[in-house]
Amino acid sequence: MIGRVWKFSDNIDTDVIIPYKYKARSIDPKELAEHCMEGIDPEFSKKVKKGDFIVAGRNFGCGSSREQAPVAIKACGISAVIAESFARIFYRNAINIGLPAIVCKGISKETNEGDLIELDLKEGTVKNLSNGKVIKINKQPDFLERMLEVGGLIEYYKKFGKFPWE
Amino acid sequence: MQRMNIANKDFQDKVLADEGLTFSEKILSLKRSDEPGKVANANEIMVAKVDLSMAHDGTAPLAIKVLNELGIKNVWDSSKVILHIDHTYPSSSEQIANFHSIMRKFAKAQGCHIQEGNICHQYMIEKFVVPGMLIIGADSHTNTQGCLGAFATGMGSTEIAAIWAGGKIWLKVPESIKVIFNGSLPKGVYAKDLILFTIGKISCEGANYKTIEFTGSVIKEFSIDSRATLCNMTTEAGAKAGIVEMDNVTKEYLMALGREPMLEVHAGKEAIYDKVLEEDVEQMEPYVALPNSVDNVKPVREVEGIPIDQAFLGSCTNARPEDLMIAARMLKGRKVKEGVRLIVTPASKSVYKFALRNEIANILMEAGAFITSPTCGACVGTHCGVLGAGEVCISSSNRNFIGRMGSTESKVYLASPATVIASAIKGKIADPRDYLR
Ligand code: SF4
Repeated sequence: MIGRVWKFSDNIDTDVIIPYKYKARSIDPKELAEHCMEGIDPEFSKKVKKGDFIVAGRNFGCGSSREQAPVAIKACGISAVIAESFARIFYRNAINIGLPAIVCKGISKETNEGDLIELDLKEGTVKNLSNGKVIKINKQPDFLERMLEVGGLIEYYKKFGKFPWE
Repeated sequence: MQRMNIANKDFQDKVLADEGLTFSEKILSLKRSDEPGKVANANEIMVAKVDLSMAHDGTAPLAIKVLNELGIKNVWDSSKVILHIDHTYPSSSEQIANFHSIMRKFAKAQGCHIQEGNICHQYMIEKFVVPGMLIIGADSHTNTQGCLGAFATGMGSTEIAAIWAGGKIWLKVPESIKVIFNGSLPKGVYAKDLILFTIGKISCEGANYKTIEFTGSVIKEFSIDSRATLCNMTTEAGAKAGIVEMDNVTKEYLMALGREPMLEVHAGKEAIYDKVLEEDVEQMEPYVALPNSVDNVKPVREVEGIPIDQAFLGSCTNARPEDLMIAARMLKGRKVKEGVRLIVTPASKSVYKFALRNEIANILMEAGAFITSPTCGACVGTHCGVLGAGEVCISSSNRNFIGRMGSTESKVYLASPATVIASAIKGKIADPRDYLR
């Protein structure tokens, strides 16, 4: 996966990612996508292109359990969120809906907004094509990787007729 | 009475008596289904049987949709699925009304419990939670329910649907942080101040993925209402769960509600903690979390005088009988400052009735408060007190993220009910100690 970087700071919360007023009204990914990141950058959903990445600092996705947060991010075209660390519910939600949430220590220092990066899940690396730096990503438990490979929890169940932990 | 998943008796006795295990390790060992009879140690990934699951009007519609997509016709155990219509109740728009209808139809078809007009966590505490349970809710503040000695945590809609399908879920056994509060509480200092102080100290990610166990002489004296406030706010430090172990206060609370204590779990004396914080509460004072982060905590004294437009006493953090009693005591014979809205949203119908029975509602209304029906409403910026651009609110709730209660240009200060009321009287952020008789 190769794409451009959109950078965000530490502690980006779910109210910023998708305010409740939209979440309460809709579970339609397209409608949610239009308001993605509205609390911090109202133009975000217009600027982002399919295949882009969000690169963030620590504790990305803190706050509520709303799954609409990763859904909005995925639906606006982001192919993965790469962060120093994630809030726990966001992390689970993202993987469940098939949005790779990648823990990568040092990523914020090594990337700038607009950089072109390559995420290689097999190799376990992020390569910044704009400055040549390669950073290792944290390995995820196998069953989560298997789930991501098929596109999330629902897809996994459809394919194998059971949940990944069964 | 709710049925609970209990392990084999010998294993259970062994685990409960093990002095080397934390509360979380014990309870999750007993719920383990991937390798029954094997102790679950911190950081291990395991599969657990769930005792109770819940979702609300913000998360259930999506969970129902996922369940349909999975092609699953029936929930695994309808007595263990609780639905709440609370986030926007009564509905504020047609779309939301439609979501509510979907939930009602689902509950009826499945035969599971649905309630309307009580904030989910308060309702769970009043009706369902017993010590020793493993509760998974599609709401991040499910942690609140740990106040009764249960392990309660939040997840998203898809995983709740998976639980509804099979009754099981994977968990990473959390490490634990022990927070000990000793000493006697100074006047004007409450559970909310203790937890704001703690989060200010450890930061909004200071307990990420961990359980916070509260203990110490102060906790022993705390009511379930206060314990719920503590556990509720552990979410704001990133915690997976907040726990106050069962004791006599828990037993009395449950017995008064006609429920029996079930599984008494205590952390082992030699359990290993990631961190132990020991605080002498005598040094503490009323605190406020400044916008836009819950860990931006300062003593009220340092921010006194900031003008407010709205004071909100509500949410699953602080809108229980104890909180309304504090409000009534302070407002008796006083008035809310002209130009300021004091919105009071009791956490449940039973809290509302308590306020009516005990003249509390009267006192609040006489003072100029506006009492809404129980709902999440203002806390999450859907209705009953949404903030406009440039408005400032002091709130007894748990989040002050940008745009949480309305406009992205509004500001929210988090504080105890007493500080909220003092500020409503003064029209500016005020120290409650000046108003407590
Ligand atoms: S009162 Fe607020 S924090 Fe509590 S469940 Fe409702 S929206 Fe969430």
